[in-house]
Amino acid sequence: MSLLSLKGVHKSYGSHIVLQGIDIELKAGECFGLLGPNGAGKTTTLRLALGLTHPQAGSIHLMGHDVLTHARLARQQVGVVAQTDNLDPDFTLRENLLVYGRYFDISRQILEARIPGLLDFAGLSARADERIQSLSGGMKRRLTLARALINDPQIVFLDEPTTGLDPQARHLIWDRLRQLTQNGKSLLLTTHFMEEAERLCDRIAIIDQGKIITEGSPQQLIRDHIEPQVVELYGEGAAAWAHAKAARLCERFELTGGTVFCYANDAKALLCELNRGDFTPGLRFLLRPASLEDVFLKLTGRDLRD
Amino acid sequence: MRRFFQSSPFRFIHVWRRNQLVWQKLALPSILGNLADPLLYMLGLGYGLGKVLPSINGNSYLVFLAGGVICSSTMMSASFESMYSAFSRMQIQRTWEAIINTPVDLNDVILGELTWAASKSLLSGAAVLLVAALLGATQSPLCLLILPLIALTGLVFAGLGLMITAWAPNYDFFMYYFTLAITPMMMMCGVFFPVDQLPLPVQTFAQLLPLTHAVAMTRPLLDGQWPSHALLHVLVLCGYAGVSYALCRRWLQQRLLK
Repeated sequence: MSLLSLKGVHKSYGSHIVLQGIDIELKAGECFGLLGPNGAGKTTTLRLALGLTHPQAGSIHLMGHDVLTHARLARQQVGVVAQTDNLDPDFTLRENLLVYGRYFDISRQILEARIPGLLDFAGLSARADERIQSLSGGMKRRLTLARALINDPQIVFLDEPTTGLDPQARHLIWDRLRQLTQNGKSLLLTTHFMEEAERLCDRIAIIDQGKIITEGSPQQLIRDHIEPQVVELYGEGAAAWAHAKAARLCERFELTGGTVFCYANDAKALLCELNRGDFTPGLRFLLRPASLEDVFLKLTGRDLRD
Repeated sequence: MRRFFQSSPFRFIHVWRRNQLVWQKLALPSILGNLADPLLYMLGLGYGLGKVLPSINGNSYLVFLAGGVICSSTMMSASFESMYSAFSRMQIQRTWEAIINTPVDLNDVILGELTWAASKSLLSGAAVLLVAALLGATQSPLCLLILPLIALTGLVFAGLGLMITAWAPNYDFFMYYFTLAITPMMMMCGVFFPVDQLPLPVQTFAQLLPLTHAVAMTRPLLDGQWPSHALLHVLVLCGYAGVSYALCRRWLQQRLLK
């Protein structure tokens, strides 16, 4: 069964077009990533899927319900982690989960049975009766994730789940999300961290200017869109060197600020030339495999999106 | 019973209970404030100012004032809750956002907020009524009818407050409403002195304001008399409650579900 399906969804605010014909199909048990620059329409897509705003055209089904008419029934079976923290600051951790569970009409008895497990999942059992204010950013995120599971949903929506977290906190969230998919939950997450998408997602759609410009597994996208090896050049004279030599030695190269990105099917010739040692002394270089970020930047461009 | 509860329009109770649980944590100072404020008002103005004033309709000024302060306290309490507190839940804490991601929808949130603000203002009005009774301003059992009346009054000002909240960019915005609506009503609607002391055009205008009708009901009930034009007063208040609910609902939907 398809847990979530968007077909031909158009959304605009006045003359500002946000989405122009989006199709998304989410299957059970998968983690699906929605990637895009700021303002690409990721959050709008999540809001549409939850029935919090309506599209101008297209159909949206969530958990088998048409969200235009039965969003309430659909939301009964979905968990949501919003982009900004919206825990109740006046409550303890336990109360946050309890009060949130009531919104799903879950009885107190069931909630009290469920809450210890969720606090444990969030690694916060010891702080169950503390107020939210005493928690760090990472702890708040974990509690928000635990709260999203209070109704034992089959699918969890996560809007930029690790934005603003330090690396330790981020890895802990990733670990928990993997645990969820291992337990058969489906995840729909938006992010602009390529590393996050690459590590977590089975499938990715890159969305830009209201359209899905490509879709597939991270590995497949890298294979399809980009040369497998990347040499980055920094330092004085990098640009001049690239113009003189790189065009000949790799498939293509890009200049961003002072850095040159050389994309090659085989970087041997390029490295050979760099290792000869007669190039500008200030020049440094780094060889790495192509990543999702390279795909993303190739497809959406390197210009700032403000 | 449970099925009925799930499919019915009673989901707003979850929102009411959420707010109630927050309040419960701070209940003691809140109740003390409910009692102390009106007590000071009535002792200060009622005894102090009352000494130099003639009796009004055969009653002391303190008795006259009690009827007004019951209503103005109700108005203030509902207004604060539906503006400052609701705005903070809507915009600052994003509590509403978290709630509408669940089966509870925005309309439930609005109903929860309205009934909660009305409940809080009922408590506030009831506290003044209690103080008034203790000071001997009422002896009649009719005064108990003031309770449903102030609940309705609370609903009116909660609806009006949420209408303002729907347009508010920040907390400062509420000052406009306090300066342009709340303070004039305090002066024009018969809280501190009878409406008929005002120039005729102002008197006519005052008849359009909800607080006038709340005061016009409360004062006779406190005195043990059935108010004249009771049905009219209640209908005006019901009208305000209904229209303000419809408008705040429409405007909040435009703001939050666009």
